[in-house]
Parts: sequence; structure tokens; C-alpha cells
Amino acid sequence: MTALPDRTERRLGLVIDLDTCVGCHACVVACKGWNDQGYGAPLSDQDPQGGAPQGTFLNRVHSYEVVPERGPAQHVHFPKSCLHCEDAPCVTVCPTGASYKRVEDGIVLVEEDACIGCGLCAWACPYGARELDLAAGVMKKCTLCVDRIYNEALPEEDRVPACVRTCPAEARHFGDLSDPESEVSQLVAARGGIDLMPEQGTRPVNKYLPPRARDGWGEETDVLAPFLAPVAEEPQGFLGWLDRTLGRL
Amino acid sequence: MHPAPSIILFTTLSGLGFGLLVWLGVDPTPPTGWVAFAFYAIAYALALAGLAASSFHLGRRDRALKAFRQWRTSWLSREAWLAVLALGVSGLYALGLLFGLALQPLGWLGAALSLATVGATAMIYAQLRTVPRWHHWSTPALFLALSLSGGALLSGRVLIASVLLLLSAALQFWVWYDGDRRFARSGTTLASATGLGERGTPRALFPPHTGSNYLLDEMVYVVARRHALKLRAIALVLMTLLPLLLLQLPLPHFFGFLALLSHAAGVLTARWLFFAEAEHVVGLYYGKR
Repeated sequence: MTALPDRTERRLGLVIDLDTCVGCHACVVACKGWNDQGYGAPLSDQDPQGGAPQGTFLNRVHSYEVVPERGPAQHVHFPKSCLHCEDAPCVTVCPTGASYKRVEDGIVLVEEDACIGCGLCAWACPYGARELDLAAGVMKKCTLCVDRIYNEALPEEDRVPACVRTCPAEARHFGDLSDPESEVSQLVAARGGIDLMPEQGTRPVNKYLPPRARDGWGEETDVLAPFLAPVAEEPQGFLGWLDRTLGRL
Repeated sequence: MHPAPSIILFTTLSGLGFGLLVWLGVDPTPPTGWVAFAFYAIAYALALAGLAASSFHLGRRDRALKAFRQWRTSWLSREAWLAVLALGVSGLYALGLLFGLALQPLGWLGAALSLATVGATAMIYAQLRTVPRWHHWSTPALFLALSLSGGALLSGRVLIASVLLLLSAALQFWVWYDGDRRFARSGTTLASATGLGERGTPRALFPPHTGSNYLLDEMVYVVARRHALKLRAIALVLMTLLPLLLLQLPLPHFFGFLALLSHAAGVLTARWLFFAEAEHVVGLYYGKR
């Protein structure tokens, strides 16, 4: 059924720290690697060694520059994957029921055997979280590594999404956002986690922690700076003459 | 959005076909015998050709029948059901007409279902909040107006077609005018998309990958938008003004046919623009529209 559940028992999701993300793209590679071999059709590439390579990815890292009114611009790396929205518009538009949101943990998944590849869910998603695999002809999206997080064949520390497990900066956190006591909920509360495009009414589960304000032009950039300040207020000698003469013209 | 030829053909042809079915269904003095056969053959050819074209944009055409499953929530599924019901009910009515039997209520039901099919097609686009230009009541209104105009032209209703063409022209003109402002009105910006607006003005610095991807190919279509104004003028003239003029001339069969061809070419152009000009909010993440 592509009707959304009234409520889910848990809200599993990611919390992404824009303050600590260093933009290394390790999560992109880990995601592509894991989803090449397990759940559903493997993420394909088209023309990978050629002149115009492209492929299916479930996670991509954008980079933005934020220019404040005063002071230097801040550079923010911005990983983006499915936000497992509570009001997921991608689910309700699906004509076949291939798209669904799980009641037990809120994960949004695609039943690939039922997908006709019409692409309407990708049109309905404001975040660009769904990509049609051009080789398999079915829609691919982040599964929150549903084949890792419940997988008892894996060591316990590996039972998190591949992107979270691999992140060297620990900018990605995984947990239950419906539980106010969970580590991720505490992080969101402490750091003022936000929703992306709240005006789209999707109520995303994943939260983003805004970067801390830290860059700025300080009062004193260096202890030697005062010695480098210009000494002469008024130009003297030839420059002074030139300045006065030009001023008179 | 990517203007896929399959979708443009589908919305244009099925719009004309179902539009004709509407007028045939409500006709108080319907044609019978071979004349009825000819009219219904044209309507079915157009509607079915459109539906066949639509299946060409599917990634997995072999599973197309699964699209009937989720009519409770999905407009695409509702459209599939309504199309089959409209064709079925109109077919029964047509069968009666062939033998000189006009089961009028059946005709009305077929007309209503045909109208609903066009409405459902338009709702597939109008429901998308992610494409502010489409997310508006005027999308189904324009689809219905054009379908009814085309149907009236096809069924040779000169006065009704003239009035509807005028209405469609006015509506299309306003849709372009207002549509250009809807993205800004939607309130979705790179600032809201990234949540970085509070500390300054965000700007895309560099993309996540050097090549293109499905999202950019599908949602961010910019080629030939620079000709949009010229194309709008061409579409408006071909779709409404020229047919309107041709309808007022004598020799209704000859000039009426020309009016129909002009109208169809105009609707194809307008549909191409409908997709090519629509901006998806995901383009913001890539610093594109």
C-alpha cells in the first residue's frame, strides 16, 4: 500500500553534522560500495571509463559557501541522501505500491520487483533523494542500510548504515529520532538540528546540525600586526607634492 | 523538467481523443451507423496512441499493469483506471450507436469519465509541490480547456470550439504570466533547502560530481529555454488564434481540418514548454534552475 502509515513505531534516521563534515566523500564511496552487492539491483554506472561518466548514487556531497553580511565566507560540505520523511510525497504518488514506508521503523523503501520505473516518485521528492537506475530501470534510494542495521551476522559495531560506519570525521550519526533519550535526539536538541525545506511539508526524519559560527576577522590577526601598520598619515616628499598638486587640479 | 517526447505525445493525443469522446457522449443527436463508427474510431485511435506512447517512458514496461494497484492514493493509478473505464463505457455507448440505439445516460457517463481522465492526467503534475509552476489549480483547468477545445474541433462544433479556443488562449496566457512567478512565491530557496540562510547568503560552490546524473537530466532541463518567449508566441498562435480564424472561414470541412492540424501542432509546442519550462526545486541544490 502506498498510503502512509498514521504513525511509525520508531523513526530511524540520520543526523548529519555540517560543522564537522570535511567533504571527503568517504560516505558516498561506502554507500555505493555497500549497495553494489546486497539489497536489490546493484547501483549501476553508465560509461564509467568514458568521456561522460555517470551513475546511480544514493548519497551525494554538495558544497556551499555562505556569505554573511560582514566577515569572510564560510565553506560548508553538505551530504544529502533520503531523509525518510514522515509525510513522504514519494510514497503516495507511486501507482504500483512499490514505494512504501515501514510501520516498525519508518524507513522508506522501494520494492523493486513492483517498480515500473515511471519516475514519478523522483519528481515528487524535493531533495533529489531518488535516482532511477538506468541499467535496472527501477528506482533506487537510500535504504538506511536495512540489510546492515538488523544483520546479526555482522559485528555489533557494523550494524549501522555504511556511510555512518565509514565517516572519519564522525559527522554522521544514526539512531531512533522518536526516542527523546536517544543519542541522536540529544544531539538535535543540543545543537538546534533543523529540517531541510520545511515549507514543502514533508516532515523529514533526518536532521542537519548547522555549522557553528567561528570564522571571522578578529580585532588582532597577529601580535606583529601593530608594527606593520602604516606610520605616515600624510604622504611626504615627492608623493606629498604629487598628492597636493593633483588635489589642486 | 525533461520534456520526454513520449509524455508530450501522450498528453496531447489522449487529450484530443478523450476530448472528442466527451462531445460525442453529450451530443443530444448523436451520429449513428458508419458516421458514429468513424468518429469513435478517431477518438479511440488518438486516446490509445497516447496511452501507448506513455508506456515508452517507463523503465520497466513489462510491469506496466501494476500501475492499476494504488488508485486510493496515486493520481497516475487513478488515471489508468479512469482511462480504461472511459474507453469501456464510451465503447458500449458507441456499440449502441452503430445499430441506431442511443443509450443517452451511458453517453453522459462516458463523457464524465473521459473528462475525469484528462483531469487525472493533469493532477499527476498539479499534485507536485516540488514543481511550483505546476502545483496550481490552473494546471487541470488548462488541460481540460484544451482537451475540450480539441474535442470540439474534432467533432466539428464551430461555435463551441471558437468560444473554447478563446477561453484557452486567455487561460494559457495567464498561466505563463503567473507561472513565471510561482517559484518565487513557493518560498523554497537555497537558504531553506540547506538551512544555511540564517548566517548569510548561501551559494553553490561546486557540484558533488563532475559529470551529470539522473536528477540533472530529469529535473533540470535548461536547453532551449532561451527560446521560450518565441515558442510561447508560436504555441499561442498555432494552438488558439489561427484555428479560431480558420473556423470563421467558409468550407468548414477543409478549413476545419486545417484548424485541427494547427491546434494539434500548437498543443504539442505548448506541452513541450509545459515540461521544459517547469523548474524542480532540486535544481537549487545544484545552483541551477
